[in-house]
Amino acid sequence: MSIIELKTAVLAKNDHLAAALREDLAAVGAVAVNLLSSPGSGKTALLEIVLTRLTADGVPVAALTGDLATENDAKRLARSGAPVRQVVTDGLCHLEADLVRDHLAGWLPAGTQLLLVETVGNLVCPASYDLGESLRIVLASVTEGEDKPVKYPTAYRWADLVVLTKIDLAEPCGFDEQAFLDSVAAVNPGVPVVRTSARTGEGVDDLVARLLAVRPDTRRDDRPDDRPDDTDPARHIEPAATAGTGR
Amino acid sequence: MHELSIAQSVVSTVQAAVGGRGVLAVTLRIGPLAGVVPDALTFGWDVVTAGTPLEGARLDVERVPVEIMCAGCGTTGERTASPPWRCDACDGVCAPLGDGRTLEVGSVEVEDDVAVGA
Repeated sequence: MSIIELKTAVLAKNDHLAAALREDLAAVGAVAVNLLSSPGSGKTALLEIVLTRLTADGVPVAALTGDLATENDAKRLARSGAPVRQVVTDGLCHLEADLVRDHLAGWLPAGTQLLLVETVGNLVCPASYDLGESLRIVLASVTEGEDKPVKYPTAYRWADLVVLTKIDLAEPCGFDEQAFLDSVAAVNPGVPVVRTSARTGEGVDDLVARLLAVRPDTRRDDRPDDRPDDTDPARHIEPAATAGTGR
Repeated sequence: MHELSIAQSVVSTVQAAVGGRGVLAVTLRIGPLAGVVPDALTFGWDVVTAGTPLEGARLDVERVPVEIMCAGCGTTGERTASPPWRCDACDGVCAPLGDGRTLEVGSVEVEDDVAVGA
């Protein structure tokens, strides 16, 4: 029997594809934003407003929207006038970088500056997949409860921005905003939180301004002190060592 | 529930490295923020490895700790379980200092294709 020390990241292939996609987008002057949330958080409603606003302001924006089935979301978002493409995953619970790349190829309109990618509504699986984004947003609605961040720590830990939705319903729902902010701080101290309402338009200006400020290198988890494992050069490379220690 | 996809990635990673030799065991290193449930991985392991050189191989999970710090009193420590994390000193809420997303194939035990010195 021999032991092979691999030390190969399981998601290395996705990470490499995502990094390449980020560079390819940057080369044509575009950045991608990845939107994660649970189903029913109001992600599509907010996205429709943002797309409508940006399109009206003359910003070249496009959107990809992922779902297990149906093209309903793409039809809704297309009302904004922005180019929208649906990614139907046929049951896959998350988007992966190669799916995004394949759906952009030959479709992404020339001159696009901002690509909004709405991943499958799910706070567990999509959190593990880099889609080539330069900003990752996690959305939470006030109807979901204050402890979502500590219940789904991976999703919240790697968010660059948290967007609170349906803020107009906070009072009738008895939403404790401070408890929510404490929950966010427990897993991702310092991440900005924007309060929004698709119904009243509250917070949309702030969100739009933050989207327009995204640059290819704005991901917060690129901070070197946050990625101690990256000091290990073996982590992200293909397996090379095959010499085993015989027993 | 993406553990089946993860398990398939593990199988293809190992297959590429073993060069057709039979695999006896695979050690997977998982951090508490990897977003992967070890039990769910183990559950699908037999199905995913069937018909591959990994069929019958043992799946060992090594939990990789993440360093944490109490937001209240600053006490540091390490955790391998999922959050929320409570401070050992004051029971306050702790935040992760490190990455915690380690998800990698650590080592693989393979059969020797040629008996050496046996």
